Amino acid sequence: MSEIQTNKETFSIEALQAGDRAEFARMMDHFSTPIYRLGLKILGNEQDAEDILQETFIKAYRSIENFEGRSALSTWLYRIATNEALMLLRKRKPALDLVLEDDDEGDIEPHEIVDWCCLPEEEMLSTESRIFLEKAVQELSPSLQLVFLMRDVERLSIKETAQILEISESAVKVSLMRARLRLREELNHYFGVKLDIRKVRNA
Amino acid sequence: MHDKFVCDELLKHISEYVDGTLREDLCVQLEEHIHSCHNCEIVLNTLKKTIDLYQGTSDMERSLPDDVRSRLFARLDLDDFIEKS
Repeated sequence: MSEIQTNKETFSIEALQAGDRAEFARMMDHFSTPIYRLGLKILGNEQDAEDILQETFIKAYRSIENFEGRSALSTWLYRIATNEALMLLRKRKPALDLVLEDDDEGDIEPHEIVDWCCLPEEEMLSTESRIFLEKAVQELSPSLQLVFLMRDVERLSIKETAQILEISESAVKVSLMRARLRLREELNHYFGVKLDIRKVRNA
Repeated sequence: MHDKFVCDELLKHISEYVDGTLREDLCVQLEEHIHSCHNCEIVLNTLKKTIDLYQGTSDMERSLPDDVRSRLFARLDLDDFIEKS
């Protein structure tokens, strides 16, 4: 799977740490879209996503001088953004368990075998379907949701995802597997019904 | 119906298989199984489709809205760089 595009752009850490505002603005333009999108997907609303975006860059601006370059700049920014998102999520859903490892709730075994791959593309990508897809991700536990969003939506590598979330690479793989299978199961129900409707219509 | 044990084993590796990071000997086993187990074939295909759909919808998404970008630059006191997009 391809590395995220943002890795290709380079920024001068020296300039950023010396307080070069133009360089900071350039960096902000480069990373603001994926960070806003991540916030939007985790919290599910634009206002929270904007708050996360602003807080991320305010914190980055204040602490860039402490950036040691042990991880990529993108990893560092994503980590700040993820922490902001989790903080907001705690505020919104205080009952939520935000442990990022050892997620083992629920089963992921396929219950029914439905082959919905044959549905037409426009039906799978309709506005209604897309709303369902987003809702399904938001209903995952945070540990599964974050790994899935980073890997399969933002297309970050296993290694980078592990660094951002500060968990092991094997924990990333396990969460990713669970998230994918759980989502597949959700889509199975959803598209299974659509498939039935089509069959009745065409009968 | 196939041996449930075999199907469950497959499920454990399916995600790495899709990523192309599964050990080669396991890949061979998995592919052999898929050939003879229609249910697992469907699970594999719908899993791939699930990932494709999410990647597809994310690719279609627009970039940062202009007003959100302007407020971000203003919040950081970087208004003078707003024009340079």
